[in-house]
Amino acid sequence: MTHLDIELKQLKEEAIEMFDLVTSQFKKSKSALINNDAELAREVNFNERRVNALELKIDKDCENIFALFNPLAVDLRFVLAVLKINSNLERIGDIADGIARYVVETSTSFDKELIAATQLEEMFDTAITMLTDVRSSFDTEDTKLARGIFIKDDALDSINAKANSVVEQFIKAHTDKIGQCLHIISTIRKLERTGDQVKNVAEEIIFYIEAKVLKHLSAKAKAE
Amino acid sequence: MFKIETKNVNLFYKDFQALKGINMTVMQNTVTALIGPSGCGKSTFLRLFNRMNDLIDGVRIEGDVLLDGKDVYTSKGLRIDELRKKVGMVFQKPNPFPKSIFENVAYGLRVNGINHKTFIEERVETSLHQAALWDEVKDKLKKSAFELSGGQQQRLCIARALAIEPSVILMDEPASALDPISTAKIEELIYELKNKYTIMIVTHNMQQAGRVSDKTAFFYLGELIEFNDTQAIFTNPKNPKTQSYVTGRFG
Repeated sequence: MTHLDIELKQLKEEAIEMFDLVTSQFKKSKSALINNDAELAREVNFNERRVNALELKIDKDCENIFALFNPLAVDLRFVLAVLKINSNLERIGDIADGIARYVVETSTSFDKELIAATQLEEMFDTAITMLTDVRSSFDTEDTKLARGIFIKDDALDSINAKANSVVEQFIKAHTDKIGQCLHIISTIRKLERTGDQVKNVAEEIIFYIEAKVLKHLSAKAKAE
Repeated sequence: MFKIETKNVNLFYKDFQALKGINMTVMQNTVTALIGPSGCGKSTFLRLFNRMNDLIDGVRIEGDVLLDGKDVYTSKGLRIDELRKKVGMVFQKPNPFPKSIFENVAYGLRVNGINHKTFIEERVETSLHQAALWDEVKDKLKKSAFELSGGQQQRLCIARALAIEPSVILMDEPASALDPISTAKIEELIYELKNKYTIMIVTHNMQQAGRVSDKTAFFYLGELIEFNDTQAIFTNPKNPKTQSYVTGRFG
């Protein structure tokens, strides 16, 4: 194994650590919101610092590899991809942190009927599946699995598209719960953005393995 | 028409085949980098175009080597000294003559029978300007070329090659013996010279190939494995051997 190989292997391990950390944060933010667990939410807020620190570490390591090893071809694409994946994962970490803050700010439990009507749990679960799949595709260099992400994201978009009218109906019937309705609609928007971030990660994985640029193509074209 | 073209070129050093069926086309005013591990045939390929290989015992060449559409080996009436006026060469180590700076650049003109003083002076100055050396040597043209630094000597050799107004410049690792500042100057120079000349450069430095060339050819064991836009070779090579070489995993 060359020195560069060792550096690239370490970078991959760090990126996987970032995947795992962010996925864990995301799952905890779901659990905190569904179970109104403020303690768990505070843990997510606290651990956000770990996500930020790891992001900076990975950025620095990418910079060092560029400067010291001048990677080319697949190595160059890999380091470029990790740099962007790192940024996408950090934003997903921010989303988990933001959702956890809503839980801390809301003194009462989120209404179960509202959660069911907005399909919030389903959105969380789809986003978690997407995160798990994209992590696995990065680890095993499985671009077929990465391509599956683009189709899964449709489910998030579909729920998000219906959210306004569902929440509107709920507000009409429960005017005393407008505050938590606003939090729920914001959470839905965040989950939709999580899907977009995971899609970006999938694009980067395909870019580094196949040297294909999928940005700005339709979901159908990306999945093929 | 291509500036340079080879068609199915085979070259043998006695029984050893150094080049195997090389087909390549080079456009005018481009820089082509030749890369590959030592002994892959890239310098042999470079030396085809000014017939430097002819000097080696037991060399046998098959196929067509065309410059401006004419075969440099078989065209009727072609003279090697005329060919070498069209095809200048710069070597790995600076090799100035034991003469003054001025006379080094003027040398090619004098051996070609040019004696007009003003013409020679103008051409020397122009060539030194083109080689980005004029400002550093204009006050000491009569001093020995050996008083210059390695990087300056190499630029002097480039000026010497330019003085006879070639249309092609061959460079065999022209910066490998130079420090980073001198290397950067040579690379800048190659970029500038591209406007007037067609340049072919052998280099072991991948980043240098990336910085200076438009096209890159990867040679391995006498074969041309891949020839493509430099950008493609260094970001997404098509052949696994090229990928292995440019990422430092073999060679």
